[in-house]
Amino acid sequence: MAGLQVIYTLWLREMKWFVRGKSRLISSLIQPFLWLAIMGVGMSAAFPMQGGASYLQFIVPGVIGMTLIFSSMMSGVSVLWDKQFGFMKEILVAPVSRTHVMLGKTLGGMTVSMLQGMLLLLAAGLLVGVWPPSIIAFIQVLAFMALISLGFVSAGLAFASKIEDPIAFPVVMNFIIMPLFFLSGAFFPIGTAPDWMKAVAHVNPLMYGVDGLRGAIPNTLDPQTIFGANFPMLIDFGILLVFCAAMILLGGYLFRKISA
Amino acid sequence: MKAKYAIETRGLTKKFGNLVAVNRVNLKIDDGELFGLLGPNGAGKTTLTHMLATILRPTTGTARVTGFDICKNPDKVRSAIGIVFQEPSLDNRLTGRENLDFHGRMYGMLKAQREERIREVLKIVGLTNRADALVQTYSGGMKRRLEMARGLMHRPKILFLDEPTLGLDTQTRRVVWEQVKSLNEVEKITVILTTHYIEEADYLCNRVGIIDNGKIVALDKPETLKDKLKGDIVSIKVAEPKKLLAILRGSRIVKEAKIVGDSLHLQVDNGGKALPKLIDIVRSHGGQVLEASLSRPTLEDVFIKYTGKAIREEKPENNARFMPMMRGHGWR
Repeated sequence: MAGLQVIYTLWLREMKWFVRGKSRLISSLIQPFLWLAIMGVGMSAAFPMQGGASYLQFIVPGVIGMTLIFSSMMSGVSVLWDKQFGFMKEILVAPVSRTHVMLGKTLGGMTVSMLQGMLLLLAAGLLVGVWPPSIIAFIQVLAFMALISLGFVSAGLAFASKIEDPIAFPVVMNFIIMPLFFLSGAFFPIGTAPDWMKAVAHVNPLMYGVDGLRGAIPNTLDPQTIFGANFPMLIDFGILLVFCAAMILLGGYLFRKISA
Repeated sequence: MKAKYAIETRGLTKKFGNLVAVNRVNLKIDDGELFGLLGPNGAGKTTLTHMLATILRPTTGTARVTGFDICKNPDKVRSAIGIVFQEPSLDNRLTGRENLDFHGRMYGMLKAQREERIREVLKIVGLTNRADALVQTYSGGMKRRLEMARGLMHRPKILFLDEPTLGLDTQTRRVVWEQVKSLNEVEKITVILTTHYIEEADYLCNRVGIIDNGKIVALDKPETLKDKLKGDIVSIKVAEPKKLLAILRGSRIVKEAKIVGDSLHLQVDNGGKALPKLIDIVRSHGGQVLEASLSRPTLEDVFIKYTGKAIREEKPENNARFMPMMRGHGWR
């Protein structure tokens, strides 16, 4: 019970921050629409695909994955600001478990990230006409968004526990996010990539996330080809679950050792 | 089980690499005391406080706070103490009330308890009117008072105040002093404060521990510490203090002599009678007294006696707030 109270308290604070940071709030709400409009229109004009289906449909799961990984990993920066402004001392001197503190922050980051993911899904529906075809598919999309967020928010917190400098943090995060993102199959099918790249992509958790989303939101391209999902959905789900568990454990471990 | 002491340390030591920040401190503080740790910056006050507040683990030795061991039962200690840190530790994006509410939730208080207590502590520190403004709009003094209110939220038995008036103007400092005094006297809270302001320790504290280079070098009531010096302090300013120091030390009427800044501090039995004689001695050795003053011993003199130096009056360390690289070491 007391643990839940702590988790809720930390989550509530992250929410207040999100709602009160007006510029962050507005840009994070508009960004998904922007991504889809610019990327979609530009890319699909440049790469018309066989069968009349648009490239745009193919990249919707990829853009969702991209939005999720960026906003999730970056959410760890709140830990650095807490250290910077001394608030971390207030948290660390309280008679609460640091694991609960970490879980509260994780849920906060996850909520913001999921919100962005949902908006993107809405944008995709409105601008491109790509919806999950059924309620089941919608639930599957939510589940994959939740796992992607959970795993990468925890990873971001793990990094944030180790990095002291709030200016260095986004730079390091970009350095890590970029290769994960490019090798996730978000913008081009991994199936046609050279073997070494395929090998790397197969240890990339985001690849399984995008693959799972692509399974839940099928495009009109022939699903039997490289443009469809590469793995059965349960495999994607299982691997992401393992990734999440590992990141929560790592994040929890590093967060316990944090000093103000 | 009623604890015998509010705080009892045994050989409490903290090392950072080769640096011994706190060196085998043995300290007993009674319930209800307003205890002061007086020492220059870097003496180990904050490190000692942070160990007692369970933020830092001691290298060796241990302590009991309200009867609980800081290493074995940190959560019990945390529930029983409140702390106001030397540097700001508020969430600027929340309102004053929200900061207090966050604290109450973290200490497991229920909604009704929190609301009632928030009203009380806001009243104690006089911030009721500004409770719903964002903390980023608060002045430095208001932030300090809010931190004090927050430290009181969960009704701690002991309140640690780390340099409570650092960087505050004289007027605000007075306000904070009165609040600390009334907390101790009216609310019956044991207060441990660290300071490098002599007058703060002298005015506020029942007992003062003088800390230097990580060691407690003197510990008693301010009055007793001053009485121990016996007699008066004659301070004379001369052109060549070093040369005259040896000569004056040889004099029968001088019990102790020290150079402090560009003056000689001489401890004598009867200042009024001694002063003319001392001036004669200086003259007879070809020196000239530029200035002379006579005073009862102050806590500053006590400090000088035990540490061999005047307390360094340093400017408030505002810059530390903007230097992230300095953080994370827990000792300054």
